[in-house]
Amino acid sequence: MAELTYRDAVIRGIAQEMTRDPDVVFLGEDVGKPGGVFKATVGLFEQFGPVRVRDTPISEQAILGAAMGAAMTGLKPIAEIMFSDFIAVCFDYIANEFPKSRYMSNGQVKCPLVVRTGNGGGARFGAQHSQSVENWCMMIPGLKVVAPSSPRDVIGLMAAAVRDPDPVIFFEHKSLYATKGEVPDGEIVDTLGSAKIVRPGKDATILALALMVPRALAAAEKLKAEHDIDCEVVDVRSLVPLDTQTILGSVVRTHRLFTVEENPRLCGWGAELVSIVADESFYDLDGPPVRITTPHIPLPASDFLEDLALPTVERIAERVRRSLNS
Amino acid sequence: MALIEDRAPPSPASLNDDIGEEKRLTMYRMQVEIRETEQRAYDLFLQNLVKGTSHLSLGQEAVATGFAAAMRPGDLSFCTYRGHAHTLARGVPIAKVLGELMQRDIGLMRGKGGSMHLTSIDHGVMGSYAIIGAHLPIACGSAWRAQYRGDKDVSVCFFGDGTTNIGAFHEALNFAVVWKLPVVFVCENNLYMEYTPIGDVTAVTHPAADRAASYGLPRIIVDGNDADIVYRTAGSAYEKARAGGGPSLIECLTYRHSGHSRADPAKYRPEGELERWKQRDPLKIYRERLKQFGVGEEDIARIETDVKHRVDEATEECKAAPLPPADILTKDVYADGGFAWRN
Repeated sequence: MAELTYRDAVIRGIAQEMTRDPDVVFLGEDVGKPGGVFKATVGLFEQFGPVRVRDTPISEQAILGAAMGAAMTGLKPIAEIMFSDFIAVCFDYIANEFPKSRYMSNGQVKCPLVVRTGNGGGARFGAQHSQSVENWCMMIPGLKVVAPSSPRDVIGLMAAAVRDPDPVIFFEHKSLYATKGEVPDGEIVDTLGSAKIVRPGKDATILALALMVPRALAAAEKLKAEHDIDCEVVDVRSLVPLDTQTILGSVVRTHRLFTVEENPRLCGWGAELVSIVADESFYDLDGPPVRITTPHIPLPASDFLEDLALPTVERIAERVRRSLNS
Repeated sequence: MALIEDRAPPSPASLNDDIGEEKRLTMYRMQVEIRETEQRAYDLFLQNLVKGTSHLSLGQEAVATGFAAAMRPGDLSFCTYRGHAHTLARGVPIAKVLGELMQRDIGLMRGKGGSMHLTSIDHGVMGSYAIIGAHLPIACGSAWRAQYRGDKDVSVCFFGDGTTNIGAFHEALNFAVVWKLPVVFVCENNLYMEYTPIGDVTAVTHPAADRAASYGLPRIIVDGNDADIVYRTAGSAYEKARAGGGPSLIECLTYRHSGHSRADPAKYRPEGELERWKQRDPLKIYRERLKQFGVGEEDIARIETDVKHRVDEATEECKAAPLPPADILTKDVYADGGFAWRN
C-alpha cells in the first residue's frame, strides 16, 4: 500500500498496461518528452521509448483518427485530448466514427481504444478549458464513459478501459490531479460499469462523479455532524455502462435521491439517472429527486465566480438539509 | 477549369507492355464490372428497389481499378460514400454490394450500413466513410500500426476533390509526413464538389496536387481515366510506402458521368462538357488499349457479355433475398454483440 497522487496514478495506470501488452501505444500533444501539460505522463517516454509514446502536432482530428485506424487494425491505443473542451474539435470521431463503425459494418469493425482527457473546473482557466463534458459522450450509443475520483480508481479503471474491446472515453478531473489516496501494490484491474458506495448511510442517496465525489463526501460528514442526517454517497464512476442496480438498491434503502453534477444543468447525467429512478423505483421515494448542478452557463474564469457556479460542499449540504426537512 | 484540354494523348511510352495481357484483361473486366453494377444500381433506384441515397462512380472506374489492381493482398482501402467502385475493385461480390444498396439481408452489412458505408474487412475494404475527410486520419492510424509492427501493407485512402478543403485533410497530410507513414492519399478530382465546380471554392487550380508542396510532397497529377497510368502511379507510391519512404498524395483527373447523388440531375454542368469527357471514357480508352495490344474483339466482347450476365444474376439474387431480420436492429453496438448500456 502506498499513498499516490491522482496524477501519479495516471502514470502508473498507463505504465501497467503498456508493460503488460506491447500492443498498447500512447499518443497526444506534449505527452512524450514534455511529460504532459498536467505532468500526468512523466516518465512514460523514458520508460517505453519514442516508438510507443508519441508526441503529435496540435491536430485533434489526426490524434483520434490515428488512434481509430490503429485500433481497427490490431493495436490498443491510448490517445490524450489535453482538455476535454477540445473534444468539440474532434467530435466527429467521438460521435460518428468510433461508436458507429461496429454497428454500420454489421460487427466487422472493432475499435478498442481509450481517449483520456482532462475534464472539469476549479483551475480558473475560463470557459474553454474548464467545462465538464462527460454528458456529451454519455448520449452516444457505442461509447463507454468513465470518470474516476480516486487514485486507486484511476489505475483500475484505466486497466479496465484499455482491456475493454469498445471505445472508452476516460475523463480525468484536472482539479483532482494533486489529490492523494491509498493505492495497493501490484496490478490493479477494476470493472467498467460498477458504481461504488463510498459512504454508507440510511437517510438519503447522493450520486456523484469525479470532483463532486469528495465534495459530496464532505457534505455528508457535515450533514451528519451538524444535523444528524446520514447520507449514502455513491460514486457513479462509470456512466456507460451504468450500474443502475447499485443506484436503485441505494434508493430503495434511503428513499431519497440527490445528484451532484458538475456539468451544466440541461441534459446532465443526473437527468438520466433521475429518470431511471422515477421509472423504476418511484414508490420507493419519499420526496422529489433533487439535482444539484452547475447552472446553465459557460464557466467564468474568476475564482470568486467559478466557486459560485460549481456545486460546493456547503451548497450540497444545504440543499440536502432543506429538502429532507421540508 | 479546362482540365480535359490539359491532357496529352497516351504517349508511346504508355504503350509498352510492362503490365501484361493478363493484368490488362483483369483491369478491363473490373472497369466493366463497376460500370455495369453502377448502371444497374441507377436502374434499380428508378424501380425504387434501391432506397436511401447512392453516389455512383460512373466515369471514374479507372481510378478504383488501377489502384486496386496494383495492391497486394493485405493492403487496405479506406473509401468515401462514393465507394461502390473501390469495394468491387477489391473483389467483393456484386450481389454483396447491390444487396446492401437494396438493404437486403444478403448485403455486405445486412442493410445496417447502406450504400455510403460499404465495408468488407476480409477484402481489405476498411470502410466507406460519409463524413468528409474523416478517414484520412484513420488511414494514418492503420499505417501507423503497419509501421509499428513492421507489417508491409499499405493503407490507401480515396477521397474527392471537395475533401481537400476540410481540416482533417490537412491534419492527416501533415501527420503522415511527420510520422513518415506508409499511406497513399488518392484524390479523385471529378471537377465538382457536390453541385459546385471545385475551382469556384478552392484557392488553387489543382485541389490536391497544388497543396502537396505545403507538406513537402511531390506534386503528382495523373490522367485518372487511363487505368494503365493509374496502375503504374499506384505501384510506385506503394513501393515508396513499403520501402519506408512515407506517404504520397496523388491527384487523379477524372469526371463523373452522373450527378453527385441520386437526387442530382447535374444541370449545373456547362453544355458539351459531359460529351467531351465521354470521349475520354475510361472504358473506351481501355477497350482501344486492349486492341492496340492485340486482344481480339471477340475476347473483349466475351468479357462484356460475361460481366453483364453476372450483374443480371446478382440483381435477381438480390431481388429474391429477404429483408434483414428484426433482431439485428440492436446487435453489434458493443463488442459483446448487443446494445446494453446498463445492468
